[in-house]
Amino acid sequence: MCQVEEDYRDELESVDVPSISKKCVKCKEASAAVVIRAGDAYCRVCFKEYFIHKFRAMLGKNRLIFPGEKVLLAVSGGPSSCSMLNQVKEGLSQNAHKKLRFRPGIIYIDEGGAVGQSVEERRRTVAELQGVFRATGFLFYVVPLEQVLNLPSSVVASAPAPPEHLSSAYKAAVDRFIQSDGSSCLTPQDKGQTSLPEVHESQTQVLQQLIASAKTLTAKQDLLNTLRQHLLVHTARTEGYSKLMLGDNCTRLAVKLLTSISLGRGAQLAQDTGFSDSRYGDIISVRPMRDYSAKEIAYYNHLFNVPSVFIPSLDTKTADKASVQRLTESFVIKLQADFPSTVSTIYRTGEKLQTARLSSSTADHCDRCLLCMCALDTAVEEASALQATLISEQLSQTTSPGATRTTTPRPNRAPVEPESSAPTGQCCSSGGQEHCGRAESGGGCCSSAKGPEMTNLRSLLCYSCQLTIKDMSSVEHLPQYILSEARRRQRRSQMREEISEFLLDGVDEGV
Amino acid sequence: MPVLCSSCAEKRAVLKRPKTGHSLCKECFFWAFEEEVHQTIVAAKLFKPGETVGIAASGGKDSTVLAHVMKLLNERYNYGLELMLLSVDEGITGYRDDSLETVKRNQQQYELPLKIVSYEELYGWTMDAIVKQVGLKNNCTFCGVFRRQALDRGAIMLKVDKICTGHNADDVAETVLMNVLRGDIARLRRCTAISTSSEGEGVVPRCKPLKYAYEKEIVLYAYFKKLDYFSTECIYSPNAYRGYARTFLKDLESVRSSSIMDIIHSGENLSVREGIKMPVQGTCSRCGYISSQALCKSCVLLEGLNRGLPKLGIGKHHRLHDKILSQQPLTEKEERKLKSVEF
Repeated sequence: MCQVEEDYRDELESVDVPSISKKCVKCKEASAAVVIRAGDAYCRVCFKEYFIHKFRAMLGKNRLIFPGEKVLLAVSGGPSSCSMLNQVKEGLSQNAHKKLRFRPGIIYIDEGGAVGQSVEERRRTVAELQGVFRATGFLFYVVPLEQVLNLPSSVVASAPAPPEHLSSAYKAAVDRFIQSDGSSCLTPQDKGQTSLPEVHESQTQVLQQLIASAKTLTAKQDLLNTLRQHLLVHTARTEGYSKLMLGDNCTRLAVKLLTSISLGRGAQLAQDTGFSDSRYGDIISVRPMRDYSAKEIAYYNHLFNVPSVFIPSLDTKTADKASVQRLTESFVIKLQADFPSTVSTIYRTGEKLQTARLSSSTADHCDRCLLCMCALDTAVEEASALQATLISEQLSQTTSPGATRTTTPRPNRAPVEPESSAPTGQCCSSGGQEHCGRAESGGGCCSSAKGPEMTNLRSLLCYSCQLTIKDMSSVEHLPQYILSEARRRQRRSQMREEISEFLLDGVDEGV
Repeated sequence: MPVLCSSCAEKRAVLKRPKTGHSLCKECFFWAFEEEVHQTIVAAKLFKPGETVGIAASGGKDSTVLAHVMKLLNERYNYGLELMLLSVDEGITGYRDDSLETVKRNQQQYELPLKIVSYEELYGWTMDAIVKQVGLKNNCTFCGVFRRQALDRGAIMLKVDKICTGHNADDVAETVLMNVLRGDIARLRRCTAISTSSEGEGVVPRCKPLKYAYEKEIVLYAYFKKLDYFSTECIYSPNAYRGYARTFLKDLESVRSSSIMDIIHSGENLSVREGIKMPVQGTCSRCGYISSQALCKSCVLLEGLNRGLPKLGIGKHHRLHDKILSQQPLTEKEERKLKSVEF
């Protein structure tokens, strides 16, 4: 529409004819083993050096991980996170050129229950991964996703403020590390793992009910991502880790960025795809693999025998149009095949964005989404996509007869306001909590309160998470920690409402 | 079993709204569609009473519906606007001449004054002539750049205060996707704005009253209102890359119908990191039109055409701007690169 240069071919479709010269572009001696991009042919040795340097450079440049800090590596078993694990191991080894200086641990979340794997399949996958993890000598945790059902609501409650990161603090940490001689943290203290928690079949069923309550695969995947994230953060917290390392690579992030846009997560883009993500306050997620393309990782893993384990996910073997996430992935991958700079262009677009509305220091924790913990993006101006959608919905539904046509239907400025939180709150919070979460399908008090509960929940969610909840048949299957935090927030906002006239501007206690 | 309209609950529903999934009868759909455009206009404060507004009319579905709805709302809600139709004749035989016939019929039906500005009178070139020199590739660049300016010039001739265009929600969402795919951060930031702020002299503010209207609903509206519109693709537009984004958007819509609005919501809430270089708006040193370079795109393209070097304006040749300005000849090597593309 407004832009006019429709000639993207020249810019984006560079002709990639691999250079015929068989020599490495770096050392110009050894014969090339891989072609990373058009014209960039590397020999084995130079490729390894390049790959390793990239990892150290990413961490070094950002200076977010302090020496001696405990870092939890989230490993899914896929090529990217396994490659990350390999890099960390490489960087900590005695003969590493520039040693990494943090204390790693590994976490694997077993999602077999949500995906519908049999107990036997799950056991086999876990066993295979345990082999990989043991070989590193790092401490590792295998956590079944079912554990998310037992989380405390502190996971989605107010996150402690992130510690201030000053360059001086970093230097101080380096000094302290050098003085303490640093050796203590490099020896894997207690090898092995924490005992594998048994998964009860009933818990798997509850989890499956929860996933099944999402009617679309788009919502299922989104929900699963959220739950996984909560469990990761919670484990990091309870085990004393302050950083979470995620294996997202450049290709993955490009897909994620476009997916986020398609799901209405524009405001959260920077957090969803940036190097670091501090939405959980004390636990900061970092993405050190973000400069590698999926192809580079595949080459590296292949050339240097980095093991990875194939684990099916929700969208394995589904059609392109099965979900927004799946569709976006296939779109980006296909476009990348024709226009080799697609992924890097999308990725670079993300680099230029930042989280919106976070500048206001008043963004207290009540203004964060109950599910994704990002700042709410629903307080929008009157002329906005959100308001337009609400108006459309309102105009398409039955209005009270008589009061139509002549009067202009004024948009109810905030359907996101808790209108009737009272009945639900009372019914559910008064001791009936377990009963609510445990899906006694159609059980008296909750099923009748389902409607209002759903609308109430929406007021606590960001635009995109509202869409996910909208795609769910009911919210009663949501884990207890989410529901009870929802009720807590609703009670708070009710209280606030009642005393609002006595509160002075600018004084906001938040939580 | 007949489905009842979910709004009035009396009449039989004749359509399912692509935007919300509700089943509506004809009258309720018309009402909802018009009311939504009205709400958009009011909420975004697009017009002030007494203003003269030019409706960019191509004869296609969007602008036909826009003209119809604008006239209707102006009367229903007493906007107090003076409406006019403004068309651009690119000079494409077999396409624009036919669609302009539609615009002329619309003019009579809606009793609105019509102004047609042509590329030929403004630039001395018709698109037919340009394509003859440039070839089928890249000709949309010429057409697009020239049209933007042509609309402004037409608007100034008509002395209108504002132009409104028929861009719909699908167009806006598609552009968000396009700008992400191209990494065009400056346009990504601007493209979801419902109206352009006053950009300077010689530029008339523009707005998109149909910004939140789904393309499918526009077609439904035109269909049930039996509006007369012209629906043929331009004979010169292959539009390869944009086609990918369009297909992707349609696929997204079929997976989740709210996707279009979701993408616009995303676009409206993006914020650009500080310290990212943005093009600075200046004016063209030749024609005075807004431009981020020494010469505006339109002047460069025109210069290329007149010198017989059509590729001058395609791609980035900012280094040559000085030469063009001082009317110096280009070197042979430079000329060879900018000669017409073989096809």
